[in-house]
Amino acid sequence: MSTPIIHQTAAEMSADLASGSVTAVELATAHYDRIAAVDSDVHAFLHLDREGALAQAASVDASRKAGEKLHPLAGVPLALKDVLTQKGIPTTCGSKMLEGWRPPYDSTVVANLKKAGVVILGKTNMDEFAMGSSTENSAYGTTHNPWDLSRIPGGSGGGSSAALAAFEAPLAIGTDTGGSIRQPAAVTGTVGVKPTYGSVSRYGLVAFSSSLDQAGPCARTVLDTAMLHEVIAGYDAKDSTSINAPVGKMVEAAKKLDIKGMKIGVVKELSGEGYQAGVLTRFNEALDALVSAGAEIVEVSTPSFEYALAAYYLIAPSEASSNLARFDSMRYGIRIGDDGSRSAEAVMNMTREVGFGKEVKRRIILGAYALSSGYYDAYYGSAQKVRTLIKRDYEAAFAKVDVLVSPTCPTTAFKIGEKSDDPLAMYLNDVATIPVNLAGIGGMSLPCGLAPEDGLPVGFQIMSPALKDELMYQVGGTLEAALQSKWGAPLYASAPELAVK
Amino acid sequence: MALTYDQAIELYEPTLGLEVHVELNTNSKMFCGCATEFGASPNTQTCPVCLGLPGSLPVVNAKAIESSIRIGLALNCSITPFSRFARKNYFYPDMPKNFQTSQYDEPICVNGYLDVTIDTDEGPKVFRVEIERVHMEEDTGKSLHVGGATGRIHGAEHSLLDYNRAGIPLVEIVTRIVPGTEKYAPEVARAYVAELRDILRSLGVSDVKMEQGSLRCDANVSISPRGTGVLGTRSETKNVNSLRSVERAVRGEIIRQANRLQTGERIVQETRHFQEESGETRSGRSKEQAEDYRYFPEPDLLPIVADPAWVQELKSALPEKPSVHRKKLQEAWGVPDKEMSAMVNAELLDTVEETVRLGAEPTKARSWWLGEISRLANEKAVAPTSLIQPSEVAEVIALIAAGELTDKLARQVVEGVINGEGTPAAVIEKRGLKVVSDDSALMVAIEAAIASQPETAERVRAGNIPAAGAIIGAVMKATGGQADAAKVRELLLKHLGQG
Repeated sequence: MSTPIIHQTAAEMSADLASGSVTAVELATAHYDRIAAVDSDVHAFLHLDREGALAQAASVDASRKAGEKLHPLAGVPLALKDVLTQKGIPTTCGSKMLEGWRPPYDSTVVANLKKAGVVILGKTNMDEFAMGSSTENSAYGTTHNPWDLSRIPGGSGGGSSAALAAFEAPLAIGTDTGGSIRQPAAVTGTVGVKPTYGSVSRYGLVAFSSSLDQAGPCARTVLDTAMLHEVIAGYDAKDSTSINAPVGKMVEAAKKLDIKGMKIGVVKELSGEGYQAGVLTRFNEALDALVSAGAEIVEVSTPSFEYALAAYYLIAPSEASSNLARFDSMRYGIRIGDDGSRSAEAVMNMTREVGFGKEVKRRIILGAYALSSGYYDAYYGSAQKVRTLIKRDYEAAFAKVDVLVSPTCPTTAFKIGEKSDDPLAMYLNDVATIPVNLAGIGGMSLPCGLAPEDGLPVGFQIMSPALKDELMYQVGGTLEAALQSKWGAPLYASAPELAVK
Repeated sequence: MALTYDQAIELYEPTLGLEVHVELNTNSKMFCGCATEFGASPNTQTCPVCLGLPGSLPVVNAKAIESSIRIGLALNCSITPFSRFARKNYFYPDMPKNFQTSQYDEPICVNGYLDVTIDTDEGPKVFRVEIERVHMEEDTGKSLHVGGATGRIHGAEHSLLDYNRAGIPLVEIVTRIVPGTEKYAPEVARAYVAELRDILRSLGVSDVKMEQGSLRCDANVSISPRGTGVLGTRSETKNVNSLRSVERAVRGEIIRQANRLQTGERIVQETRHFQEESGETRSGRSKEQAEDYRYFPEPDLLPIVADPAWVQELKSALPEKPSVHRKKLQEAWGVPDKEMSAMVNAELLDTVEETVRLGAEPTKARSWWLGEISRLANEKAVAPTSLIQPSEVAEVIALIAAGELTDKLARQVVEGVINGEGTPAAVIEKRGLKVVSDDSALMVAIEAAIASQPETAERVRAGNIPAAGAIIGAVMKATGGQADAAKVRELLLKHLGQG
C-alpha cells in the first residue's frame, strides 16, 4: 500500500511535484480535505484561506508547467501560526483583542514563504499572544493533541504542532519565546527548531517579548524542517536586530548523517529530579544511539540555569507589558464601551479588560511591576544579569562540546485542564527550553520515542551555538535516521488514527 | 497689593531651566520611511511602523543620528561612545504604541554649554548656560477635539487623531539649572533660545519655526527667598511659541510665584500653559505625583555606537558659530555694539545681512530695516520681513546711491512696494517718481530760476555761495521735488562760475 499523500514528508511532496505526479492544487486540496475530516476534533486551525491558497497553488502549477525554475518547496502546503501577519488574512494571536483585524502587510517570514511558492493553508491556534504551554489560553478554544485528544498539544504553538501530527499540513511555522516551538514539537512527536536569535526576521511577528521571540520552522522530519528553515531565514533590514550573515546550509547538514568525532554535552542541570521516568529512558536511549553513531558524550554543568526560569518570568512579562500596550482599541481590534459617554481612556480600559485573557493580564501586571521605578534594578536589572551568566555558561560549555542536549520537556503531554489553575506548574514545563532563548542560541526538538508509561511522544533537545544552527540539523538528522532504523518507521507513523468525519 | 516684577526680584532669586524640543527636518521619520512634510492631509504620511501596528518594528534614521551628533557638537557636548533608546511607557490615544521610543539614561550627547550675551545695566554680559543632555526621541500624533467651545478635550463631543506627526524625529536639548541670572532671567531665557535657534538653523537640521512647533520650548522656573539658598518648587511652562513669549513667560511665572509665596501659598509642581494674550500662565497637569514611565532599554533597536573618526569628521565640518559670524559681520560693517544688538533683538540681522549681500551698504541696509520698514511693520503689527524682500530694499538703496532716487522719493517707493504696487521699478514707473537727473532738463529749470532771481545770482557770482540756497529751493519747487538737490547745486554753481 502506498503512503497516502498527506502522510508524505515535504521532501517527498517536493519530489512528486517536481516529477509531475501530483500538482500543488491537488496537494492543497488533499490537505483541506484532511482538515475538514479531522479538525473539528483537533482544532488546529483558526482560519483557513482556501481561496488564497488554491490560487497560490494554481499559480505554482502554472509556473511549473511553463518550465520556470521553482524553489523545492514551491507548491508544498504550510500552516502558519496566527502570530505572524499575512496581508488581508485575519491575525488574532489567539486573542479576542484582535478579533477581525486583517493586517495590511505581510510579515517578512510570510513574504519569504510566498516568494518560495509555499502554499499557506491557514492560520493555526495558539495561546493568547504566545503566552502559555498548552493552547488552553487561546480565546478561541483549546487545540487537542492528535496522539490523545484529551491532552494538550503543547504551546504556545500547539495549533502548528497538532496540524503536523494530524497530517493537516507537512510544514508549519511557529514562534519560540521560551519554548513555544520546541515543547509543542516534543509533545506531538514532531520536529521544531528555534533558530539563532536574529537569524529569522521578526518583522510582522506580533511581539510578545522582543528580545526572546524568534520564528522558526516545524515539520515531521529533520530534513523538512531544514528545507523550511532555509526559506524563512536571512537578513532583513526591516528588523534592526536581524543578523547580517549568510544562512547556514541546513539541508546539507540534515542530509549528512555523520557525527563521527563530534562532542555532545549532556546538560547536568536539565535532567534528573522533576523529569518523568519514561522521558529519561527514551532520552538515554537516544544518547546511546548517538554514541553508536560515533559521537562522544560528556556531561556539562551550567550552574546559572537554576535562575533561568525566574529571569525569564521577569524579562518576558516586562517586555510584554510594553509590547501589549498598543492594544488600546484606537486603531484596530475590538472596541468596548464606546457609546459616546466615555472618554478614550475609559474605552481603552474597558477594551483591555474584555479583550485580554487572564494569563495575558497576569503577565502584563507582573511586567509592569517589575519595571516600576524602585523595583527595576531588583527585578528587570537582576534578570538581565542572570541572562549574561547563562550566556557565559553556554560559552563555557561550547568551548568543550559541539552541541548540548537535554530532554525538551520534563514530561510528556499532560491532560487538558490539568495545570490550568497552577501557573507555576505550567511555567515549569519550559525549564529546559528557556535557557536557549535567554542566550539567543539555536534549539531543536525532535522525537526520541514514546514514554513507556503513557505511550506519548518524548522530545529530544539539541542546542547549538549562535549562528551554528546547521549543527543541530547534522546531529538531529543522524539521530532521527538511527532511531528510525531501530523502530523500522518514523515515530509519526505510529500515531493513532483519528476519527474521520 | 500684588508684587511687580522688580519687587519680586528684590525678594526672591529666580532659577531657570530650559527644555527645547526640535523637530529635525529629515526627509523621513525617526523609525520608518514615511514622509515628514508639514501640513499634509491627516493620516496620509503613515505606515505600519509609525501607526504602531502589531508586528511592526522600528529602524533608526541614520540622518537623525547624524543631525543629533552635529547639534551636540555645536553645543560643545561630548558624544557618548554608547547610547541607547529606551521605552517611555504611558497611555495616550495619539501615541500609537503607548510608549514613546526615546533616550533615557544613555543619551547621545552630554555635558555641553552655550554662552549668551545680555545687555545689562553694566553693559554686555556673558551668561553660560550649561547643557545637561541632547537626546533623540519620536514625536506623537495629534489629537483634534471636536464639538467643544475651547478645542480642548473637556467638553468635546469626539476627538480625531492624526498620526502624520507620529514618529517625526525630535531632539530634546535639556539645560542644567541656570543660576545667577538675577533679574535678567527672562532675557537669558530668550537669548538662549534665540542663540540655540540660530545654531540649529546654521546647522541646517531643522526649520526652527516656533510658530509651527518645529522648535518648542518648555521653561522651568522656580524662585527662592533671598538668603535661603534653597531651590524652590518649579513649574514647567509649555505652549511658548515665540522668542518674545519665552521672555514673557519666564517673567510672568516669576511674578506669579512670588505673589503666591508672598500671600502664604505654596508653589505646586505642575505643567503650566502660556497664554499669548495675557502673558500669564494657566495651570495644567500636576506633577506632584511623579509619573512612573517604566523606562527600559528598547529591545527592538541596537545601541548606537558612533565611530569616533566619523564624529571628528562631523565636528570639523561644522559651520561657523552664529556668535562668531556676528562678530565678523560687526567688524566688517563697523557697527557699534548697541546697533548690533538692536538688529539681533529685532530679529533682523539675517535680513540686513542678506540685503548687504545683495549689494547694499551696511549702514543704509540697517537704517532702512530698523527705521522706516520697522515703523511701517509696527503700524501694521506684522514682522518687517513679511512686508518687503531684502532684494527690493537693496534695489531701492542702489537707486539712491546712483542718484536716481532721493531719500524722500525712496520712502514713497518702499511704501508702494509694501502696498503691493509691485517691484521698486514698477512703483517708480507707476507713480512717476524718477529723479530729474537729465542735466539739460535741470538746466532749463535752473536758468529760469536765475532769471527770476537776478540779484541773488549776482551775489553768488561774487562768491556768496550760501546765497545759492534760495535759487536751489526754487529749482526744487519747480521740479516738484524730483530733482536731486546736490545735483542742482553742482550745476548751478558751475553755471555761475563757482563750480
